[in-house]
Amino acid sequence: MLSCYRILDLTGEKAFICGRALSDFGAEVIKIEKPGGDPARFRGPFYKDVPDPERNLTWFAFNANKKSITLDIESDKGKEIFKKLVGKADVVLESFLPGYLDGLGLGYSDLSKINPGIIMTSITGFGQQGPYRNYKDPDIVVRALGGLVYTAGYDDRPPLTVTYRHTHALGAMNGAVGTMIALSHRALTGLGQHVDCATQQALDIVCSAEIEGPYALFGQVPTRHGRARATVTLADGSTFYNPLLWECRDGYVALNLLLNPTAARNNLSMMAFIKKDGIDIGTFETWPWESKGWENMSRPQAEELMLVLGKFFKNHRKDELLKLATENRFQLGPCNNAEDILKYPQLEARGFWKEIEHPELGATLKYPGGAVVTTQGYVGVKRRAPLIGEHNGEIFTGIGLTGEEIATLRKQKVI
Amino acid sequence: MNGKPFEGVKIIQLCWAGVGVYTLNYLSHFGATTIRVETATRPDPVRLFAPFAPTSREGEPVGLERSAFFSITHTAPEYGVSLNFKHPGALDIFKRLVAWADVVGEGFPTGVMDKLGLDYEGLKKVNPQIIMMRTCGYGHTGPMADQPGFGSILTAVTMMDTIVGWPDRPPVPPSTYYTDQLSPMYASLAIMAALDYRRRTGQGQYIDHAQIEAGLNYMTPLILDYQVNHRELVLKGNRSDHAAPHGIYRCKGEDRWVAIAVMSDGEWRSFVKAIGSPPWTRSRKYATATSRVRYGDELDRLVEAWTVNFPPEAVQEILQEAGVGAGVVANARDIDEDPQLNYYNFYREMDHPYMGKLRYYHPAPIKLSAVDAAVQRPVMVGEHTDYICKEILGMPGEEIERLRQQGVFE
Repeated sequence: MLSCYRILDLTGEKAFICGRALSDFGAEVIKIEKPGGDPARFRGPFYKDVPDPERNLTWFAFNANKKSITLDIESDKGKEIFKKLVGKADVVLESFLPGYLDGLGLGYSDLSKINPGIIMTSITGFGQQGPYRNYKDPDIVVRALGGLVYTAGYDDRPPLTVTYRHTHALGAMNGAVGTMIALSHRALTGLGQHVDCATQQALDIVCSAEIEGPYALFGQVPTRHGRARATVTLADGSTFYNPLLWECRDGYVALNLLLNPTAARNNLSMMAFIKKDGIDIGTFETWPWESKGWENMSRPQAEELMLVLGKFFKNHRKDELLKLATENRFQLGPCNNAEDILKYPQLEARGFWKEIEHPELGATLKYPGGAVVTTQGYVGVKRRAPLIGEHNGEIFTGIGLTGEEIATLRKQKVI
Repeated sequence: MNGKPFEGVKIIQLCWAGVGVYTLNYLSHFGATTIRVETATRPDPVRLFAPFAPTSREGEPVGLERSAFFSITHTAPEYGVSLNFKHPGALDIFKRLVAWADVVGEGFPTGVMDKLGLDYEGLKKVNPQIIMMRTCGYGHTGPMADQPGFGSILTAVTMMDTIVGWPDRPPVPPSTYYTDQLSPMYASLAIMAALDYRRRTGQGQYIDHAQIEAGLNYMTPLILDYQVNHRELVLKGNRSDHAAPHGIYRCKGEDRWVAIAVMSDGEWRSFVKAIGSPPWTRSRKYATATSRVRYGDELDRLVEAWTVNFPPEAVQEILQEAGVGAGVVANARDIDEDPQLNYYNFYREMDHPYMGKLRYYHPAPIKLSAVDAAVQRPVMVGEHTDYICKEILGMPGEEIERLRQQGVFE
């Protein structure tokens, strides 16, 4: 759908997913790496744990579909070539510290003189302006200042960040959306612009309803309660935290426990299943699910319900509970790990996984397929991530460099 | 620069809950004309989500207009029209809106729209160029197509509940409805790409967006690592394999914490200087990143012995000044008062007929140099029914009145 657009991708690891998402919709995305390879290539995990910049799994994941050229944009010759590329491009993506490209004479104001239609999308932790603009923005720091760490974890231990560091992907995906907004604007005005995306703001949207709502209305500061993140109000007006995740026989399941008239039928039939296990449901033998909710429940009753549900889940495996949920429309889902998700029946039925060949490794790997399915062609991963400078010949010839010039640049380590 | 990026783009929002709304917000913030279709006879469950803004009048029911959850997710300009699809007259009006629109965004479980004849094939008969974006938990085909999808469950299903935790305890969710906020960016991209494509080719399309599939696109490295190295993610608390110190450290005050990440040996030297070069920092154990990671436990204790003397804001300032990553572990009050978010005017105050003045309405987390995001208080159920019927559909007053008597606008 977007094959008419050329995007130059200068981003570092934290924002690789931005160009990747645009390439999923068909845009030509050219990853510009430092000669010798992007620094992110050198930090694992690697294919079969062999440290090698051409075997980096994070690189595979978020640079698939892209082309790669190597270019030293800090050298004079490199700047000149980059400017030539900008002349024929629609978008530049970058995630350097604010001001770095301006310092090289390659900031938005410089590039828009070469190509007034150019769109520059900048992705950083905190944004291009403001008191934090020069702040270091490692994942844990941005996540903390974005409000997602304080409420994660157990009340008897420090708050928790993510072990899988993906936080900047939220800012980067907003960068992809922002790029499309700017392209749409350009279709009306003919002019490009600078798009400034801050991961901190993207995180703030995530905490808006759960964390900012209670604060704005009542001055409440939500704290951390382990797995019990769903808050409800009981008959005595006190807050009760019920778990989102429950232990089952081989892991965890998530339950969205709704106690309202529309969920009454589901709750009744779940109780019937629980009784079949020989579990005593006590008070809930006679609980009027159609007319009563949390606001009618006492604390001992709420705790009893948690106990009953807890016993039931511990009797069953994730796959049994998934089957039960699907057949009865229970709001229940397995807490999948990678092994589980690769055999998840719904994804198999939709043909979600895409086999991508890696000829250099003699291997075919399964990638998540497109984030959407459309009637105007396939959206998603199509080909493996590029090797270092794999498309130097094609791209540099395209802007008029001769074979001889390319060889010289290689000798000078510009490319 | 004149105009807004989506000026002239007309959208119908037929979405419950989070994902569809977050998706369309991006277009509505930047110039699209969006009409939200809903009915008070079967309200959006999010309008019934606590917490609610208090009412000053005793005994007044909470109603549909006080949910913080609803209001904070509907911050982009919308018109509201009320249509009860139990009446054929409502379906007729809806089809007239489809004929007017460029995009229909729909977020019910598969089957709801289909039963009304309002699937893509149905809409195409009314408007051959329509772009229809349907979002649900598991996608619109397959055995789980008609399952309702809740963010809290999809977060578990998409592996996102396996990425936060201590080695010795069960994992905890990264947030409550994480996929609700991570999957919309892909749906929004799809609509914008579809509009771009239609501008060039005249062709509309159908977009099937599944929270599960969009969510998994964030998780690819973990899926590849399992396939080739047979490794599942091992939870490490706040530690990093590559860097130390890297963690959350106690500060002065009640439940106050700071995040610190020293990402290189150069940053370590800056860190040492910034904390006054105490003698322990000279130990060879801490000379290299590899060694600092190995002695992480004792290093963390030493770092915390320094941080507990300061409020987290001070640690943030001292270390960032020295070029080392550090930040307050922000709670609700901290983010509200955060100088950076406020520099970007990220909290907008607005008045609301039922909720009063609140300053928690956000623009999109995207700042464009040539155009601002429009922010508006949340729309009320059917707030603009008359305006839409008259001004957009050109219906005469008496027809509107007649349909109202029949309950079409309930």
